[in-house]
Amino acid sequence: MYLVIYLGLARHAEQTMADSLRTVGQGHAQHPDVLFTCQALAKMSDEHVRRLTPIVERYGEQRHGPEVSEPERLHAEGLASVRTGPVGLLRDLQDLHVLGTLTQTTWTVVRQAAQGLRDAELIAVCDHASRQNSRQLSWLNTRLKAAAPQPLIVGG
Amino acid sequence: MTDRIADIWGERTPHAKGTVWPARVDQHLEDGIDEEQVEQWVPSACLLCSNGCGCDIAVKGGRMVGIRGRAGDVVNHGRLGPKGLYGSTAWSRSADRLTRPMIRVDGVLTECDWDTAMARIVERSKQLSPLEHGFYTSGQLFLEEYYTLAVIGKAGIGTPHMDGNTRLCTATAAAALKESFGADGQPGSYTDIEHCDAIFLYGHNMAETQTVLWSRILDRTRADDPPVLVCVDPRRTKVAEEAERTGGVHLAPRVGTNLALMNGLTREILHRGWVDEKWVAAHTLGIDDLRAIVEPYTPEHVAEICGIDAEKVTRAAEIFGTSANVLSTVLQGFYQSHQATASAVSVNNLHLLRGLIGRPGSGILQMNGQPTAQNNRECGADGDLPGFRNWDNEQHVRELAGLWNVDPLTIPHWAPPTHAMQIFSYAEEGSIRLLWISATNPAVSMPESARIRRTLAGEQCFVVVQDLFLTETARLADVVLPAAGWGEKTGTFTNVNRVVHLSEKAVEPPGEALSDLQIFLRYAGAMDFRDDDGNPLIPWRTPEEAFDAWREASRGRPSDYSGLSYAKLRGSGIPWPVTDAAPEGTDRLYTDAVFPTATDRCETYGHDLLTGGTVTEQEHRALRPDGRAFLKGAEYTPAHEPVSDEYPLLYTTGRTVYQFHTRTKTGRAESLRRAAPDMWVEMSPPDAAGLGIDEGDVVRVESPRGWLEAPVRIGHVKEGTVFAPFHYGGDPGRQANELTMTVWDPVSKQPTFKTAACRVTKVREGGWPAPAPTTAASAPAGAGVPPTAGGAPTVSRVVPVPSYPNDPASIGGR
Repeated sequence: MYLVIYLGLARHAEQTMADSLRTVGQGHAQHPDVLFTCQALAKMSDEHVRRLTPIVERYGEQRHGPEVSEPERLHAEGLASVRTGPVGLLRDLQDLHVLGTLTQTTWTVVRQAAQGLRDAELIAVCDHASRQNSRQLSWLNTRLKAAAPQPLIVGG
Repeated sequence: MTDRIADIWGERTPHAKGTVWPARVDQHLEDGIDEEQVEQWVPSACLLCSNGCGCDIAVKGGRMVGIRGRAGDVVNHGRLGPKGLYGSTAWSRSADRLTRPMIRVDGVLTECDWDTAMARIVERSKQLSPLEHGFYTSGQLFLEEYYTLAVIGKAGIGTPHMDGNTRLCTATAAAALKESFGADGQPGSYTDIEHCDAIFLYGHNMAETQTVLWSRILDRTRADDPPVLVCVDPRRTKVAEEAERTGGVHLAPRVGTNLALMNGLTREILHRGWVDEKWVAAHTLGIDDLRAIVEPYTPEHVAEICGIDAEKVTRAAEIFGTSANVLSTVLQGFYQSHQATASAVSVNNLHLLRGLIGRPGSGILQMNGQPTAQNNRECGADGDLPGFRNWDNEQHVRELAGLWNVDPLTIPHWAPPTHAMQIFSYAEEGSIRLLWISATNPAVSMPESARIRRTLAGEQCFVVVQDLFLTETARLADVVLPAAGWGEKTGTFTNVNRVVHLSEKAVEPPGEALSDLQIFLRYAGAMDFRDDDGNPLIPWRTPEEAFDAWREASRGRPSDYSGLSYAKLRGSGIPWPVTDAAPEGTDRLYTDAVFPTATDRCETYGHDLLTGGTVTEQEHRALRPDGRAFLKGAEYTPAHEPVSDEYPLLYTTGRTVYQFHTRTKTGRAESLRRAAPDMWVEMSPPDAAGLGIDEGDVVRVESPRGWLEAPVRIGHVKEGTVFAPFHYGGDPGRQANELTMTVWDPVSKQPTFKTAACRVTKVREGGWPAPAPTTAASAPAGAGVPPTAGGAPTVSRVVPVPSYPNDPASIGGR
């Protein structure tokens, strides 16, 4: 059953998202809204990891057959450091958005399987996480739009 | 003869529920002037708090020499407060008025003529692209001036970088109204005071910030059938005392925890069956989500977060849930605090859950801080588009482009207009290279004031300041323009309950000072802004012509002025909308429970209250709001700067009774200045005792960003909290905003002045009381402080009660 791979991916993606949000927030702390909102959004991802962990363990325990591991290519690179300046902020927000969409589509995939398995607990986690993912993406999109014209037109 | 420093609210005129608030004319003439000597009374409205009281300016020998209330005015029924009485005219003759323009020559501000000053601005302006311009304006200008500036900025230059100091005081009021009801605009009216059974004041020290409105409430609470008051405030204000006197509750939540309290109250209303289910189903959206969000906030959980008794939470909820009609008012204790918009929206939610809206006595007053703030929002010289249009709605932008005959792309609408904090950030970075500041003093009023001073003083940005005086901000400018003030120019403004007043020119401004409208028109002329047909972009020359242009811009929008004219306003104040259908104005909105939320009409598609992420048009359309109001919630999160071992006390700021704005005017009125002459800070008795501090001792208050030194008033602030009044400028070491954080609400973008951490150390013994007034919330906890008194004589006359158009009590109830 490959669901377990995707559960691992979901957990990994959310953890990467949380870490990257904190990195970007701290790295652009001169923009207080970026700092504090990234921290709030990171907490959402923490919560997804927390709620998913027992489910991952449950499927892990039920797992039979040869050891399966996440294919390397499914990993998303997090943001270990930030770029500088207003254009750097734009690029970092874009990278977060890319990570966020990976997370979101992962939940979509997992939810399809959860329905097939009639796993109500997992469906609930997927629904919650998807909604919170949308909030994360919505803020990133909003902030990108507000931040874009100034550096792209008058530099800085 | 009344000393209105000692007697802030004047004598009571109590009256029963449902009857008209009696009229009483308050008057002050300067020393040596008799009523018979007054040559002319010029109609206006007061600018010194957000109430907007109708008044007449006394003129003698070409000078403003006093003021009296207008008995027939719907806002104040003739009353004026201490600031209006003592502070309205004294500033106008100050020796330090600006009378000539100034430009910086070899680093020194040097007087020059208008042509030279304007040439310097235009030379710089023409070198710069639209996004290199920023405009930071006021809540002190007239509608005509805001609208003209909006057209210059949005259609002439085409910059999104326009905001007002209204961002610091009222942005959350506007945001909360937009999120719940689809557009800005106060649903209720001051007449709700006469008809309600309970009044909730959320973070609103009305007794000091709006003294006349408070006297209107006192005239109900001191009658035989008083409404019950509930006060939410970390200080023991006069409002808090009155709440307990009327059998209500004083809730003093820990600074920064308002939303937890509001979630608790909402949960109680939901759990205890006080919801008007049928009304909610017909007229709102979102109750299920709201229910889920507030579910964890039991009274006990709220009590723990907020540091208050659980029983007080349930009692307050009970008062809200069981009173037939409730009036709610909200101000800076919510707006300038953590999770501001979410907290203010929660107040709207409570009313929606019970269907308490659209009828006399059931009102919501999301208050303003300044009397012309509403105009700024309506006209779009701040972060809004004129006529409450939606920047995210292409059709709305096309309407404006048609009105101004410019390409829609000229009007910057690709994202929300840039908010004040971001404008200053761009100026700091140097990507805004011309910042034009009119009638406001950000060097004192903005958070983290040292950072603002550095930004304005730096070489990276050319700063234009237009004002009455050489303020702390003007001293840092490259060009200073002398402006005419209130009474020296003509224009209209609109207060919080939508009442429009015409304020007529009473005297000539000093020297070469010009009205703000004349200044903006000069700039527009020198820049030669044109429309798409090559005609001048701004064809109007006089205030009345500007007003008429605005009427057309507002036609059909929620703030519809189309039925108003200068001639009509010469009677008294009239609340908008004023249309063919409502020629005498509108006392309250949403009497039919239809809200301007339809996707094609609304001013915003809304936001996530926690993050500020915008709802898209598609998402909004999918909800099909179609006139239904939104119930929206958010989870409580801790404030940004918690206390620590290093900074163990909560720091909070606010306004007190004898001061307004940055004391530009009130600091120049002798009676007001003497009542609260200098900076102080307030501490609770246990906190002061723990640090060995006595009344009047000078302390150093430090946050991670800055410090101030001032004498201590040992008063009635909640234990663990230090309060500082935020009006005092001058030396950096005595400004409240040296310590506040650069952080803002995610939705309204209003800066947070109410939450920071600090530490206090004693500097030296004072030996005398702190310079804080004793008459209101700054009263001392102990004895031995002489009472504040000594205002110049004023007169109050109770007069026959006129008939007030639109007043439900005047017209026999509805």
